[in-house]
Amino acid sequence: MPTDRNADNYESVLTGASKDVASFEGEEKGFVGRLQEMLHATPSLVPLIVLVAAIIIFGIALGSKFFSPFALTLILQQVQIVGVLAAAQSLVILTAGIDLSVGALAVLSSVIMGQFTFRYGIPPAVSVMLGLTIGTAIGAISGWLVSRVKLPPFIVTLGMWQILLAANYLYSRNETIRSQDIETEAAFLQLLGVKFQAGGATFTLGVLLMVGLVAALAYALRSTAWGRHVYAVGDDPEAAELAGVNVHRTLMSVYMLVGFICALTGWVMIGRFGSVSPAVSTGMMGNIQSITAVVIGGISLFGGRGSIVGAFFGALIVGVFELGLRMAGANPQWTWLLIGALIIGAVSLDQWIRKVSQ
Amino acid sequence: MTTEPILSGRGLIKRFGKVTALDSCDFDLMPGEILAVIGDNGAGKSVMIKTLSGALQPDGGQVYVEGKPVNFQSPIDAREAGIETVYQTLAMSPALSIADNMFMGREIRKPGLVGQWFRKLDRPAMETFAREKLSELGLLTIQNINQAVETLSGGQRQGVAVARAAAFGSKVIILDEPTAALGVKESRKVLELILDVRSRGIPIILISHNMPHVFEVADRIHIHRLGRRLCVVDPKDYTMSDAVAFMTGAKEPPSEAVPA
Ligand SMILES: Nc1ncnc2c1ncn2[C@@H]1O[C@H](COP(=O)(O)OP(=O)(O)OP(=O)(O)O)[C@@H](O)[C@H]1O
Ligand SMILES: [Mg+2]
Repeated sequence: MPTDRNADNYESVLTGASKDVASFEGEEKGFVGRLQEMLHATPSLVPLIVLVAAIIIFGIALGSKFFSPFALTLILQQVQIVGVLAAAQSLVILTAGIDLSVGALAVLSSVIMGQFTFRYGIPPAVSVMLGLTIGTAIGAISGWLVSRVKLPPFIVTLGMWQILLAANYLYSRNETIRSQDIETEAAFLQLLGVKFQAGGATFTLGVLLMVGLVAALAYALRSTAWGRHVYAVGDDPEAAELAGVNVHRTLMSVYMLVGFICALTGWVMIGRFGSVSPAVSTGMMGNIQSITAVVIGGISLFGGRGSIVGAFFGALIVGVFELGLRMAGANPQWTWLLIGALIIGAVSLDQWIRKVSQ
Repeated sequence: MTTEPILSGRGLIKRFGKVTALDSCDFDLMPGEILAVIGDNGAGKSVMIKTLSGALQPDGGQVYVEGKPVNFQSPIDAREAGIETVYQTLAMSPALSIADNMFMGREIRKPGLVGQWFRKLDRPAMETFAREKLSELGLLTIQNINQAVETLSGGQRQGVAVARAAAFGSKVIILDEPTAALGVKESRKVLELILDVRSRGIPIILISHNMPHVFEVADRIHIHRLGRRLCVVDPKDYTMSDAVAFMTGAKEPPSEAVPA
């Protein structure tokens, strides 16, 4: 036995140590502390509160003109493109990435679906399927560059954005396929634009798709192993890898799913606009619009935190502001001023909520 | 000795640019033993266990499990072989709950259709299991199994990581400084757990800078120096001062303890 061991046997007093479970006074934190913890646990709460408040304020100010089933469902129709793109963007941002190419991929996919049908005479349903497949494949390329080649997502998707936008103009030869032509010859392409009424409210299949998609992704992220892995990879990829997550496979699945959802957005766009045009603003603006919705929705740009439902609320907030201010006859610049303030507010709040952990 | 090592390495080499972290390093873990690994900061202890656990791939040399050469490409491979590791960095996802972290990469799904078709996680089962394992470790100060790991103290986090490894390790458990952030009472619990795991017949690799702990529980001590195994000593034959002297190079290791 070595002699210098436990010269002072300090551990022997442990036998007398309290065996009680530590208990803390929950009240000590006060209202602000508990609010902080609540928001930490349920990050979509803030955008929900902002959304409800905005609807109530516009409802009071504008009366039934705004607060009607018609106007409120009109908002849903107006946000369906950004809403679906925001779902895709949320997934990438949860992995601590960012995707600047979402809008361009959506437009390219709509052009592929349209041109495949009209240029090559492929049945529209098959064209849609091919569009979705190509979108997924393009997502796989971005995913591979991020995950295997280890390029920063910002750079990969910045390049991809330019490539896809240019490919979109080159391939379409800058041609627009007119709405009437699609309607008479390939109505299936406009399927997601099909409207139906329910007591003054108007829904389209595209709106249902958006809501269904958000619900499905929210479920997958919260209640499946894949969803937990997406969060873990966004939180700390090295820790996730050591803990037994296949980081490469998770990232690939996310980028491929994002490509698929972007292509789906292309199909939604045909339903919404009727026509197929390579020049729609989504190609240029889709990325910023979706990132805006995601940030207002409380998803952290550092990854691993936030909920996709929050991003959906974020998209709705933008839609409510746009329609409400337009109805109020305000200069549209007010919308962007308010949205800008919301973005900064949302990120400040995110910083504050994160302090719970320190 | 005639028994075969359960986990071993021969001539392991690992370089990071100009830094040679493992310099033709050998390693042996015998069945049922507690092997302590000691060495200065930066000696290459963590890099060595990472090459054994699949987290790093060696540039040279070979890892063997029960005498058979293995090439782990990731920690998942090592885990499938029954080797469970607590890394020095703990490998936790701070924003996720304790239960989520304990089951990361081996989640339990609900039985039946919901689990099979909707891949729904069996949260209650995972939570019950996680709570049980934490109680065994005496980590009762954790009140809520659903609390995010980032809201735990450093020591509690370490406790969760140890509980995770102990719960799932079936062949070898590797602990890289598992008590560094723990209090006196919690360290004692981890040492008890280590002895308990050994009594279940599972060998343990314990990396630690805490000499009293090492000398208390270890069956053999692997002294690591400058990226390789300097010698292996029996704690009954040497004092802590001897071990520290070998480890720092103040004293030459006894020739009989130097492996061939
Ligand atoms: N990922 C890495 N990249 C570059 N160098 C590394 C990396 N990991 C370890 N090293 C280097 O390898 C050497 C051994 O490091 P290692 O972490 O194994 O030391 P250690 O013995 O575990 O020390 P400690 O007691 O401080 O944990 C160090 O010089 C370190 O700088
Ligand atoms: Mg180390």
